[in-house]
Amino acid sequence: MAVIIEQPNAPRSRKGAQWEKRAWIFMRVSGIILVGMIIGHLMVNLVLPERGVKSIDFAFVAGKWASPFWQVYDGILLWLALIHGTNGMRTLVNDYTEREWLRKALNVTLWVVAAALIVLGTLVITTFDPCIDPNVHEYLPELVCKG
Amino acid sequence: MSTAVESTKEIAEVPSFNVTLFVRRFNPETDTEPKWQDFDVQVYGTDRVLDALHKIKWEIDGTLTFRRSCAHGVCGSDAMRINGRNRLACKTLIKDLDITQPIYVEPIKGLNVEKDLVVDMNPFYQAYKDVKPFLMASDNPEKERLQSPEQRARFDDTTKCILCAACTTSCPVFWTDNQYFGPAAIVNAHRFIFDSRDEAAEVRLEILNDKEGVWRCRTTFNCTEACPRGIEVTKAIAEVKQAVLRGKRS
Repeated sequence: MAVIIEQPNAPRSRKGAQWEKRAWIFMRVSGIILVGMIIGHLMVNLVLPERGVKSIDFAFVAGKWASPFWQVYDGILLWLALIHGTNGMRTLVNDYTEREWLRKALNVTLWVVAAALIVLGTLVITTFDPCIDPNVHEYLPELVCKG
Repeated sequence: MSTAVESTKEIAEVPSFNVTLFVRRFNPETDTEPKWQDFDVQVYGTDRVLDALHKIKWEIDGTLTFRRSCAHGVCGSDAMRINGRNRLACKTLIKDLDITQPIYVEPIKGLNVEKDLVVDMNPFYQAYKDVKPFLMASDNPEKERLQSPEQRARFDDTTKCILCAACTTSCPVFWTDNQYFGPAAIVNAHRFIFDSRDEAAEVRLEILNDKEGVWRCRTTFNCTEACPRGIEVTKAIAEVKQAVLRGKRS
């Protein structure tokens, strides 16, 4: 006669299980996207301009963000890089801290800082106003800034 | 007859040398902190670290405490940290270590030391139990359940585990997070997840899709390096991760 054991060992706490899986997938997907986007970012900002890194100034940034393409590109880069980096730091914190309160404190700090940077960065990208520069007409068409 | 004579001669010529062993000692009744104690022993080229420990226990200090049972690399009792690496004392020849330096022998890390080289294995076994390391099948067969050689080969590597805990206690994640299932438990889950006769792969995958499950693995390969049975532990964990993503065995 077969002995039937219904629940020999109840599974452990299931809290946050799907989150770890999602975080794991996110790290891989965002990592692959970031490699391509960062190379593109470095090419456009450092390699392709004639004077290399020296060409980056207010005008350069204003010129880039006048185009919706670069607004979206930089926006995606900002979000992916910050979430990817912060989540990486979170795994480090989880790996190396032994005290629960310290772990919580570090993780909360991490995400608060990341959220602040994301909000600030997104705000700058979307509301950037090149017209605060009096010499704006030298590099942007007249119609962008009136008056 | 002549070969017998020759082999006796060979045995007589086994070189002997003196080594210093630094053993991490801890007596819970008198010590608050573990401390190193050194022993000088004469050993032979055929001796293993376990033989040196026996020599210390039997001839120098009878209070030295360690686990060993079969002494031939099968029972998995004598995993310890030898010169900073997890190995079985009974499978580590002293001549293969750097004998110009002292040999350091410590208990495996991440589990509470009970005395000297003996650690509390209960958390380790609990993680093992939690992955349900037994066949779960609903049928009630009159004969054995058939399996093709290919189906058997799928999980052959992970059947070799002897539960010595060398992998789990070499894992840096396990050192700080005792809730992590650890490589050994995942290896033993793998053994059943990929067994075509078993019907509860999804149950085990669900258990390992935990906050403390396979996602804690950082693929540092410490476990693969530590395994005295040569199991590709990190690969097995990666296969379980893939299966969790799929939600089923294959």
